[in-house]
Amino acid sequence: MGSVSVTMSLMNVIVCVKQIPDPAAPGALDGATNTLKRDGKLILDDSDAYGVEMALQLVDKAGGGEVSLISMAPNGETAGLRTALAMGASKAVLVSDPALQGSDALTTAKILAAAVQRLGGADLVIGATESSDGYTGTVPEQMAELLGLPSVTFAKKVSVEGGALKVDRQTEAGYDEVTCALPALISVTAGVVEPRYPSFKGIMAAKSKPVEEVTAADLNVTPVGWAGAGQKISNVAQAEARQAGEVIEDDGETFGKIVGFLENLKVI
Amino acid sequence: MALNNIWVFAQAANGAPTSATLELLTKARSLSSNVTAFIAGSGADAAALGEYGATAVLAVEIGKNLPGVAIASALKSVIDGGNTPDLIMFPQNTEGRDIMSRLSVKLDKTVITNNIDITDSGDGVTVVTPIFGGNTLVSTTFTGAGPFLAAFRPKSFAAESAGGAAAAVTAVSVPDLGATGSAQVVAVHVEATTGPKLDEANIVVAGGRGLGEAPSFAMVEELATLLKGAPGASRAIVDAGWVPYSYQVGQTGKVVKPTIYIAAGISGATQHMVGMKGSKNIIAINKDKEAPIFGVADLGIVGDVHKVLPQIIAALKAR
Repeated sequence: MGSVSVTMSLMNVIVCVKQIPDPAAPGALDGATNTLKRDGKLILDDSDAYGVEMALQLVDKAGGGEVSLISMAPNGETAGLRTALAMGASKAVLVSDPALQGSDALTTAKILAAAVQRLGGADLVIGATESSDGYTGTVPEQMAELLGLPSVTFAKKVSVEGGALKVDRQTEAGYDEVTCALPALISVTAGVVEPRYPSFKGIMAAKSKPVEEVTAADLNVTPVGWAGAGQKISNVAQAEARQAGEVIEDDGETFGKIVGFLENLKVI
Repeated sequence: MALNNIWVFAQAANGAPTSATLELLTKARSLSSNVTAFIAGSGADAAALGEYGATAVLAVEIGKNLPGVAIASALKSVIDGGNTPDLIMFPQNTEGRDIMSRLSVKLDKTVITNNIDITDSGDGVTVVTPIFGGNTLVSTTFTGAGPFLAAFRPKSFAAESAGGAAAAVTAVSVPDLGATGSAQVVAVHVEATTGPKLDEANIVVAGGRGLGEAPSFAMVEELATLLKGAPGASRAIVDAGWVPYSYQVGQTGKVVKPTIYIAAGISGATQHMVGMKGSKNIIAINKDKEAPIFGVADLGIVGDVHKVLPQIIAALKAR
């Protein structure tokens, strides 16, 4: 009779989550600072819900471990973090500091990399390919370089097999299969997994989960904000507006208008 | 500051430089007479790169490594060797973003992405970035010393041949990547496509959530085929898995500027608009008369795509 061996490998995952103004509301710039207004209620960026779900599934599959969150926000906002905690993450570090306003992507990456280290690192760090409000799209890869980690960006399918990552990485032409040792960092595309909705029980439990609030100074990252940005906004202008044309209600015959439009342009 | 030395990330498809590469080289040579193209692999088309303005080519053999970490490390070694660029220009795409991110940390320099223009006033280098779906243009000036790292959206500049001679190619090896080199490509999959390429087509017919369900996308493909155009999609239906990512038009997908763009069941989220607002003519069909897409459409039909698209298809077939 053969012996039965049970291998239980713990998997600790840190997910970068951004709390953003509701994308349904029109965005605006603060006239004084030319930064995006983030003073209203902030919500969990949809793009990050995929990473949270991915992390929860990987930990579940590994049979143990935990999902931690890191986030950076100027005003102590935790609403978006609570959503991710309600999905099942265990704890969060929130870097909140008025001095961070105006920080560029590199400074943001330095802050978040320091937050990863404050949590003692992880087997896997997950970010989104880009945020929905700022979409610089460089922060996860910059974090990987700061942390000395290998990385796979634009992951559209992720699994851990034999202690290594297997990733289908989206490319212009299709996708590449990539393998990568852990610890590592990945950025995941929207649609990589179907994010769960927080249950009522999850929402109640999230209220008492630990959220540690720290400043840039606590993380020993200087300079931050505009001082560390390496760039300054020199002008903001309205783009030349495209004029709206004719808008008509369909009465069953409007397809003829479209066909006529195509004829006028001599494409048919 | 003067831009004496500009580097451009060059990419190739089917052995020839991509259109984004030629656009960036054209812009680069208007800013400096000293333009270096860097490229993954040894198969650089030195004649084409030279024709559009590159005076030198750095060819980085990356093997099975992902381009981001491998090319950034190779470039860092070149810079440490004394060849320091003032500006490094990247196309706004997967590979461009990864390389510039890694390099920004190695050089401790800021990155500015999503740009559509760049100017050098002599006192400063300024890039222009559209935000809020392209309604607002933000000019950002680099501060401090270079190298300045900037990524540009496709089709921001017109590619024009300079008739230059073939560029001299120098091979650059990738230094030991240590732990960061453990990500390896083990297989490459190319999705088959037919008809004109989405970002080069004269006519694009794109579908969105208003199609209701995945099988309805067949109408979009049929109309695109009839018009000898390319089918496209909003991010919503790519995320939903109806069509592959290669169909996506918008911020995270392709930038298209066709003669005619037909948006079927697309509301016009800012994420989508930045990818198609430059189209010469826009036709929109959407049930919601408040949909933002009607704000940019030359012809807007408030109606059901399930009724209007089959009617157009039937009318074209009857001709």
